[in-house]
Amino acid sequence: MGSGMTDATPQASTLSGRLTALANPTRFLALADRLVPWLGATALVVVAGGLYLAFAAPEDYQQGITVRIMYIHVPFAWLAMFCYSLMAAAALGTLVWKHPLADVALKSAAPIGAAFTALALLTGSIWGKPMWGTWWVWDARLTSVFVLFLMYLGIIALTRAMDDPGRSARAAAILTLVGFINIPIIKFSVDWWNTLHQPASVFRLDGPTIHTSLLWPLLICALGFTLLFLTLHLMAMRAEIWRRRVIAMRRLSARAAERAAR
Amino acid sequence: MTHAAYVFAAYGISALVIAAVGIWILIDQASRKRELKELEQRGIRRRSERREPGKTDSGGKRTGK
Repeated sequence: MGSGMTDATPQASTLSGRLTALANPTRFLALADRLVPWLGATALVVVAGGLYLAFAAPEDYQQGITVRIMYIHVPFAWLAMFCYSLMAAAALGTLVWKHPLADVALKSAAPIGAAFTALALLTGSIWGKPMWGTWWVWDARLTSVFVLFLMYLGIIALTRAMDDPGRSARAAAILTLVGFINIPIIKFSVDWWNTLHQPASVFRLDGPTIHTSLLWPLLICALGFTLLFLTLHLMAMRAEIWRRRVIAMRRLSARAAERAAR
Repeated sequence: MTHAAYVFAAYGISALVIAAVGIWILIDQASRKRELKELEQRGIRRRSERREPGKTDSGGKRTGK
């Protein structure tokens, strides 16, 4: 609420002005209420369309039918890193600007990011068994993503260890930023080390190396799952804001009851 | 296992996990909403709502919408 008072002349046209206006949780809730149904419906339609195209696309000449796993494995792996990057940006929001919603965003994103990271590991493992002949190897890519999963678990534990969110916000933000070093390591692990995991084939300086018949369904699936992630995140943020209001109101009523008893 | 079974397993596990996350968030939302309603029914208002009933906690000075 303190930062809500400082923007008596909000410049709604600028990005920082808009972000400041959103610092007001009531405004954020109103926006989330309006966005969630549309975003969720769009996400489901795009995911359904992407998966339809994925199963209509030709099989890979080497991977055969197991290439279908890639249409979910790649989006999950991308979301694992996207979610963590979003949390790192939120951590900056907490530490630098003390944005009141930054900690809400960080805390509520962590379990969703952990779920997508676990799915990236699981679907990769299920693909690896028939294609590599093993469920798991400790190569640089797999190990660094496993470390990312552990980071998520640590952040989840830290953000839920204390009753007062104001006290855990700073610690969680610092831990998240320190762990961000892992994101470029994951991205470039396939170039820096000799991994069993294949090198990048979509986001490369010289363009994708996947045939367009397989690339388009993959990109649509990635977009759909990203929209789904954003919907889930908005919903989780909304629930977290309500949780903090409940805590604040209970504290107020307890204080009032104390005063009345005196 | 045939290769199709691996594909089925990957999609099955993914659907289960994503559905579980979605349901968990929906339950969280519903229970927090219920708690807020209960508190409001007991006449407990947030500080910002008590000062200026009907207004948000923006302090009244805000001009831009």
